[in-house]
Amino acid sequence: MIDAISERVKSGLRSLQDYWSISYGAAVSLASRPRYWRETLDQMDFIGVGSLTIVTLTGLFTGMVLTVQSSATLDAFGARPYVGRMVSLSMLRELGPVLTALMVTGRVGSGMAAELGSMVVTQQIDALRSFGTDPLRKLVAPRLIAGVVMVPALTVLSDAVGMIGGYLVARFTLRLGTGLYWHSSLDAIKMHDIFMGLIKPFVFGFIIVSVGCYQGLTTTGGTRGVGESTTSSVVVGSVLILASDYFLNLLILRFVYP
Amino acid sequence: MTGTGDSVNVISFRDVYFGYPGNDDYTLKGVSFDIRAGSTEVILGGSGSGKSTILKLVLGLIKPNSGVIAVEGRDIGPLSEDDLMDVRADIGMVFQEGALFDSLSVSENVGFRLREHEGLPEKEFEERISRLLGFVGLSEFYDRSPSDLSGGQRRRVAVARAMAHHPELILYDEPTTGLDPITGSTICDLIVKLRDLEGVTSVVVTHQLRDAFQVAQSFVMLVDGEIEYHRVDDVELLYGTEFLVLNEGKLVFQGRQRDLFRSDEPYVHKFLEGQIPAFRR
Repeated sequence: MIDAISERVKSGLRSLQDYWSISYGAAVSLASRPRYWRETLDQMDFIGVGSLTIVTLTGLFTGMVLTVQSSATLDAFGARPYVGRMVSLSMLRELGPVLTALMVTGRVGSGMAAELGSMVVTQQIDALRSFGTDPLRKLVAPRLIAGVVMVPALTVLSDAVGMIGGYLVARFTLRLGTGLYWHSSLDAIKMHDIFMGLIKPFVFGFIIVSVGCYQGLTTTGGTRGVGESTTSSVVVGSVLILASDYFLNLLILRFVYP
Repeated sequence: MTGTGDSVNVISFRDVYFGYPGNDDYTLKGVSFDIRAGSTEVILGGSGSGKSTILKLVLGLIKPNSGVIAVEGRDIGPLSEDDLMDVRADIGMVFQEGALFDSLSVSENVGFRLREHEGLPEKEFEERISRLLGFVGLSEFYDRSPSDLSGGQRRRVAVARAMAHHPELILYDEPTTGLDPITGSTICDLIVKLRDLEGVTSVVVTHQLRDAFQVAQSFVMLVDGEIEYHRVDDVELLYGTEFLVLNEGKLVFQGRQRDLFRSDEPYVHKFLEGQIPAFRR
């Protein structure tokens, strides 16, 4: 029993060490040449352009449902005109970053784990190393840059579309005036809200890519292992995003908000 | 360089032990051998005997638990990943199943190392890749994707990729496994052609005796610009190829083909018996 526990602890520490070496190695490789800009642009296209539809739809329906749900509560206090404020702050501070990150994890994190995992089991990673090319520099670093640039960009889009979705419901279902909705929405947003809304997706982008790459590069056990890595990348990535969101909230509220 | 007499050892293993993480037993147990420059070394053994592990150790993709591995006289044990790049610059490797990069075309696969490290002008790059693909008989596949190729064609592209930077040593990991005998034979011819026309030292890991003997007994000559294949049937005359036989991580035989046939080692006899009907008692 004790042996089994100690083995689990050791294996957990080994995984943590591997995760650190992969993330740190890729980040450090950015400081020196060669840098793979073509691969970085390809990854930006894959993460950013490729996720546009899914992120737009998620943002739109979240904003819409948020308006429907919150209007019922606000009506009880005669506060329907404040629905725009409710939607904009919720989208900007919490739902935009988290839902975008979760959707991108499902699409991009799993894709990276599957691609790199397949490369491991078909010895393509060994082949890269035998040709004198560092896989962390060639494969992980471009994905990391693309992740930390594109996830914030997608989040901004999701926030904007969410607010528009909220407006459509407010205008055509709740019969709220256009000026009233947008005035309430935009007036509520302060600088620290924008900061919170942008710092989170930056961290989430790093988590999505580093977890996806770690799961892919540590794949063992052939094609079945690739399937397991893909699943783990989504599960671990999602849990880490939600957990880090809580701690980021604590930190930002403590140090940034007045 | 490490040398014995007038020959020079390209690869030297001294009492090498290696175990994969998570496995209780060692995969290689005290393996020692030398491979001379210009020779062909065939490593035989059943699945899981540690044959492919030897190639990964030579490339420094994995590190031994103990013992010394020298490549071209340099102990590669203490070398960092950056320093190992210099060692790997002289080595080409043909991986099992080819290990071609799926996201790149055939020409980009073959020229991968040239693009990454040599920065050739486009015209020169294209000429070199065309020449390499011509050598393996796949000129018309220049722009194709690896997924369009058959198993044998993938191996041939892998051979072209391994020889692109003119290495002095090429490692072949099960180059004919899973191929039909005729396709396997074309891969063996390529190995022989590369050895005899380009003077490359070859290490061939396989469990297929037929292919191992084809490599050992064939030679290639250029006659009036035409390539001629010949085969030596008298094993007493063969000097260029040596055989290593591994059994459960231990080296049980090292020598020439004629000594392989005469070996008293039970595993060697069993191995030959399994694949050559004449050896059955």
